Amino acid sequence: MSKEPKLKTVKRRSMGQEALNRLLRNRTAMFGLAILLLVIILCTLAGVICPEGDNAQDPTKTFVSPGAEFLFGTDNLGRSLLARVLYGGRVSILIAFVSTIISAILGIILGTVAAYYGGVVDDVIMRIMDVFSAIPNLLLAIALAAILGSGVFNCMLAVGVAAVPHFARVVRAPILAVMNEQYIEVARSIDAKDRRIMFIHVLPNVLSPIIVQATTNLAQAILMAASLSFLGLGVQAPNAEWGALLSSSRQYMRNYPYLTYIPGIAIASVVLSMNLFGDGVRDALDPRLKY
Amino acid sequence: MGKILEAKELKKYFEVKAGTLHAVDGVSFSLDEGETLGVVGESGCGKSTLGRVLIHLLESTDGQLLYKGEDITHVSRSKLTDLRHEMQMIFQDPFASLNPRRTVFQAISEPMEIAGTFSKKEIDERVYEMMDTVGLARRLVNCYPHELDGGRRQRIGIARALIIDPKLIICDEPVSALDVSIQAQIINLLLDIQEQRKLTYVFITHDMMVVKYISSKIMVMYLGQMVEMAPTNKLFEMPMHPYSKALLSAVPQLDVDHKHERIVLKGEVYSPIDPKPGCRFAARCPYATDACRIAAPPLKELLPDHLVACHRAEEINGL
Repeated sequence: MSKEPKLKTVKRRSMGQEALNRLLRNRTAMFGLAILLLVIILCTLAGVICPEGDNAQDPTKTFVSPGAEFLFGTDNLGRSLLARVLYGGRVSILIAFVSTIISAILGIILGTVAAYYGGVVDDVIMRIMDVFSAIPNLLLAIALAAILGSGVFNCMLAVGVAAVPHFARVVRAPILAVMNEQYIEVARSIDAKDRRIMFIHVLPNVLSPIIVQATTNLAQAILMAASLSFLGLGVQAPNAEWGALLSSSRQYMRNYPYLTYIPGIAIASVVLSMNLFGDGVRDALDPRLKY
Repeated sequence: MGKILEAKELKKYFEVKAGTLHAVDGVSFSLDEGETLGVVGESGCGKSTLGRVLIHLLESTDGQLLYKGEDITHVSRSKLTDLRHEMQMIFQDPFASLNPRRTVFQAISEPMEIAGTFSKKEIDERVYEMMDTVGLARRLVNCYPHELDGGRRQRIGIARALIIDPKLIICDEPVSALDVSIQAQIINLLLDIQEQRKLTYVFITHDMMVVKYISSKIMVMYLGQMVEMAPTNKLFEMPMHPYSKALLSAVPQLDVDHKHERIVLKGEVYSPIDPKPGCRFAARCPYATDACRIAAPPLKELLPDHLVACHRAEEINGL
């Protein structure tokens, strides 16, 4: 025993810090985050950028093409599309996030309980999910929105609940696989309780599909909210919302394509940035991908 | 040295679609403190199931299990927690038995964390002490399992099993997934630790050389039943059950002058699902008679400490 520092202890790394470092080093994810933040900041500042509000009409200036006066042009009632996109973004992004959080939480709980306890519990939960899956997503959301009534919050709830079966399924399958891993048996052998096994050994190992599902779901939620609004069950007419903008401008698409392009690009950029960022988060949380 | 573990007619059946699978069927043994019981047998003979029943990962179907004279066949949740501090398990596959998202430190410290009665400082000290004991460099404390080789991972498994000072360790094929050179290191490590800490091992393996090296007595299992049990040297000197004979004849010998005939078993293994009456080895046994197919042979103590379950054991071995 010459120089070996026998009692030296190595400083331990913090998991959260490591994951954050990996995320910050991921350029694609940072690019996604930048776009997302930019859109969120612009929408938040809608009142400053367009103080006239999203419903200020000017009947003399309908269908003005994008240019110096109106950056994104105006619609059939002479409303500034810039204002409508910015104000609409507030609602759309909020609906996307809240409804995805609703479906993720409910779906993860149901999927986890079904997979963990198995047997009758699994059968009952998954058969109910099957019944819901048998109804097309949009139809389900329409039915729920019709029951709950229109309005932004009810719209979130309807869109959120309609996606629960997908989450439950996406969560359950990998949990079933992980539950058969030997390290779960090891955890039992060292007296880990159900909750510890679930939160420390199972869920961290099924994060990837959950995050992927959540990011794709954000996109679907915006589109579904748009469909509800289009049917008059979501955001009500004069108020702006991306999906509603898209569907109302559909009839002018041939002559004034910018009316559909601009809200479409807004939806696409937010969805893309969420996907890029979501992938980055997934990779950052997986220590095996570190190099 | 008192008895630490005693099993009486231990049984574990699984209900499967085709019927009842007799994974462990009437296994009895007693184990003194500091001893090592080697459990050998081919794949599917129920040796791993036996290990899991002993440590209560599986509930036994029938029979009795005693730990230091106390009945632990069926225990409450709180009693089970106490038992887990007394007995731990080392698993076969060092790749599958570690959570890929937990660092070495987290893996080794987990039993202490679960116990919840240790301070952060105590846990820190014990983990580093344990890493020194099992020969893991301290600098590896932050590594993830995928960054380490099989031998190091198995050392983590050993450290995790030892950290709360158990008295009895069930080793379920702890070296069979490792390279031969590393196997020797791990076995020597297990022997060193046993000596230092006065541990008792139940060592499950299919490798006769490993079991000869580490065990003080050996149980040979065939299709859920024990067919022979004897102190290691006696079993290797004179295996009495036809199955043990075949098993030992398959071990390669270094001695070129030593003539030994390889006994090759023919026939198929009986299904462990709803087994037929009679000796379960009868279909493959070169000595089987009609009597063997009718009644199951009881376990007899033919020589002191040497138990055999075979109708014709006396005859075959010239006793």
